[in-house]
Amino acid sequence: MFHIYCPHCEDHREEEEFHASGEAHIPRPLDPQSCSDEEWGEYLYFRKNPRGLHHELWVHAVGCRKFFNITRDTVTYEIKEVYKVGEKPSVTSSEKNQ
Amino acid sequence: MSDSTASNVESIAQMDQLPHKTGSLQPRAESPLYHADLATLSAHSADAGGVEIKEVKLLGHLVLRGSIEDAEFLSGVKEVLGLDLPGPLQSSLQGEFIAYWVSPNEWLVLVPGQQAFQLERDMRSAMSGNFAIVNVSGGQTVICLSGANAVDVLKKSTPYDVHNKNFPVGKVVTSVFAKTQALIFRSGPESWELIVRRSFSDYVWLWLQDACIEYGLVIKD
Ligand SMILES: [Zn+2]
Repeated sequence: MFHIYCPHCEDHREEEEFHASGEAHIPRPLDPQSCSDEEWGEYLYFRKNPRGLHHELWVHAVGCRKFFNITRDTVTYEIKEVYKVGEKPSVTSSEKNQ
Repeated sequence: MSDSTASNVESIAQMDQLPHKTGSLQPRAESPLYHADLATLSAHSADAGGVEIKEVKLLGHLVLRGSIEDAEFLSGVKEVLGLDLPGPLQSSLQGEFIAYWVSPNEWLVLVPGQQAFQLERDMRSAMSGNFAIVNVSGGQTVICLSGANAVDVLKKSTPYDVHNKNFPVGKVVTSVFAKTQALIFRSGPESWELIVRRSFSDYVWLWLQDACIEYGLVIKD
């Protein structure tokens, strides 16, 4: 049993109702036409793979079907916080490159 | 500009999903569990058992989408259905209509099948701005589970906690059910409703029959 809190349903739900959707907070370039290949490639394909705190996008797939963010420790799998899309994380790493 | 906006509104497809009489053909509709022939099964079913199953056929299912910050959306629903849209995991009952919360901007409303089309039209004329109403009546069905052991069947079928403390009468959740998903609504102390997709209804029905065997299954038509 592993429960994740959905901020939209305001309820703890079984992990199998959720899907992870990768790194959170990746803004789409405002003017894609003027991006260099490298900038566009970074946006499309390159993701962090930190050991420790990671801000991730999750979706409550079998439920309200809404997306939200999770700050999670990739070493311990501990979920530090759950927050809605558009909000900022309150738990952040002090390490560089985060 | 205003002309094109007006013509866009005119072009929203509204379809009455009820079959119409064409020529000498009699109209008929088949519920998702039509093939299971619950009428015949119920005639041979035991009179008493721990769980009773019944399909509530051919209701009107309307999906409403809009913002709870949109006063006109809320008042349009209230004007036509006479109910306030419920908050997270809640339901709202008004006469023959019931609204279930599905997501922060989405509700499922069940109405008598014959009224769905008219209610959709009434709501469309009572609202403006950003909202959506989709008639999904043909796409899903309602299966009622009741009896002393209905809760035990749910415990085998969903990871969600169905204990009284967590799942009081009136609560509704969309969760995993068997290996598919269902909207699960507690309609009474010993009665539950499952709303399942048409294409999964046969699977859910077969699952339920198997899961109910140990408690004694009564099939109602
Ligand atoms: Zn949710």
